[in-house]
Amino acid sequence: MITLGIEGTAHSIGIGIVKGRNDSCSVLSNMIRTYRPEKGGIHPREAANHHVTYIAELIKEALQQAHIPAQDVDLISFSQGPGLGPCLRTAATAARALSLKLHKPIIGVNHCVAHLEIGRGVLPECTDPVLLYTSGANTQVIAFAEGKYRVFGETLDIGIGNCLDKFGRSLQMPFPSGPRIEQLAKKSTNYLELPYSVKGMDIAFSGLLTAAIHYHKNNKPLGDICYSLQETAFAALTEITERAMAHTEKQQVLLGGGVAANQRLRDMVSIMANERGARFFVPEKSLCVDNGAMIAWLGYIMYQSGVRMEIDDTIINQRFRTDQVEVIWRD
Amino acid sequence: MTEENSIYQGAEAKIIKTMCLGYPVVEKRRLKKSYRIQEIDTRLIASRTKEEAKLMAAARKQGVCVPIIFDVDIQQGIITMEYIEGNRIKDIYNTLSKQKRLKLCRDIGESIGRLHMGDIIHGDITTSNMIVYEGRIHFIDFGLGEINHEVEAKGVDLHVLMEAMESTHSRFANEFKYVLEGYKRTYIKNPKEVEGKIQEIVQRGRYR
Ligand SMILES: Nc1ncnc2c1ncn2[C@@H]1O[C@H](COP(=O)(O)OP(=O)(O)O)[C@@H](O)[C@H]1O
Ligand SMILES: [Mg+2]
Repeated sequence: MITLGIEGTAHSIGIGIVKGRNDSCSVLSNMIRTYRPEKGGIHPREAANHHVTYIAELIKEALQQAHIPAQDVDLISFSQGPGLGPCLRTAATAARALSLKLHKPIIGVNHCVAHLEIGRGVLPECTDPVLLYTSGANTQVIAFAEGKYRVFGETLDIGIGNCLDKFGRSLQMPFPSGPRIEQLAKKSTNYLELPYSVKGMDIAFSGLLTAAIHYHKNNKPLGDICYSLQETAFAALTEITERAMAHTEKQQVLLGGGVAANQRLRDMVSIMANERGARFFVPEKSLCVDNGAMIAWLGYIMYQSGVRMEIDDTIINQRFRTDQVEVIWRD
Repeated sequence: MTEENSIYQGAEAKIIKTMCLGYPVVEKRRLKKSYRIQEIDTRLIASRTKEEAKLMAAARKQGVCVPIIFDVDIQQGIITMEYIEGNRIKDIYNTLSKQKRLKLCRDIGESIGRLHMGDIIHGDITTSNMIVYEGRIHFIDFGLGEINHEVEAKGVDLHVLMEAMESTHSRFANEFKYVLEGYKRTYIKNPKEVEGKIQEIVQRGRYR
């Protein structure tokens, strides 16, 4: 069965085509285009305009790359939430149009759950992980418990990606700043003390961000600040992930979200997993960032488990909570 | 050398049972983590050990039973404390008669009320962090605690117990109301506001 997925929750618009056979996922194509604001953060309307501009073209490209005529698509899936209203609406509208035009069923899926399910789909040994999901706006620790995907820990203020980007922006770094910060951090091993804020399984970054910007104003070496920022923030992320693993008694950890591309974060979580005798997983980068393939894949497994939606059920939900999803495909 | 055996290992600490000055004690040893750099590791272990010992002393002042502290080694991250015989509430709750459960709930509530009167937030009130010995409830594991006078913090503190009871003692989840009954006997500052806050937290819909 072939599913076309449309991702559009924030600054990226993605079209992915996956072929599902039982519970194994093969990605046929996965096209992503990212809106990069000239300056400042994301403006939801402008991001949505960007998505409108490229979506039709991207669908064509995805079909071409998958070598699939549109008629061979069996199911249309889209990101129903959570995310920015205008962006979600763009993705949903395109999905409805495609579904009507091709006479194929439509399914709206939860973006956060998709980040977890794609890991299970493409990494066969990753069966029951705790997911550390780190992106721009989102930072959550999610795992399956009592019939649902539950958020065990999350940021109490801003996402880790936003924290890195805001730090970069205050220094006029180009967006996104994460990769640049990672490079600069490699040049130093001199730790400057920064606030470490973990409360149980929750985490906060704004104190850390303010202190890092302050160091820069006081002319501390940029390499030292980037190093200290990463070491502090990632240690805290790793700690809450370990707490959730101990709490849920799970032996697998999975990374997802754009910040999962950072090698230092990967190293830390993998060391933690090793010390616990647990397994560490991370999908390839294009499946970590916001992408259409993960949306397609989750749509597919929901459809397989019997979920059906009418157009009326496809209203977007900006605050779609992870634990609102009825996970009937797992036991 | 006295023999030592590890009775528990969590994400953050290891509990070792041993002897000190002829008394049975436990050592709570915070574990070094090699995923984080030395500077962060040392700082976290020291500050958390110190904070936990401080809160235990503060709780005692409020008249709440906690293990007697024999020694605190801040650098090594070790708290040596009295070994509390008896049973964790988690392990016995479901076996008790209704009458005993309700009394226990009220007693738990009274103790939490005393902590909160001193603005002591335990941070992880679950039934595995309370041990009943000779009819008295001993609180352990103040590692996530803090001193905080805010209603929000107190509400969250009680809400953690509410959720713990729902997941670990789901048949008796509705008995949390007796905890609140006890709480109101000793927490006389602003119990109504704290109770309202718990409702608000439930509405927010987080899970732990
Ligand atoms: N003073 C003590 N007396 C008896 N048992 C204890 C004592 N302290 C801890 N324990 C046992 O060790 C377990 C874990 O200790 P705790 O301080 O709660 O660590 P953690 O922060 O890892 O939960 C407790 O659930 C209890 O069974
Ligand atoms: Mg404990």
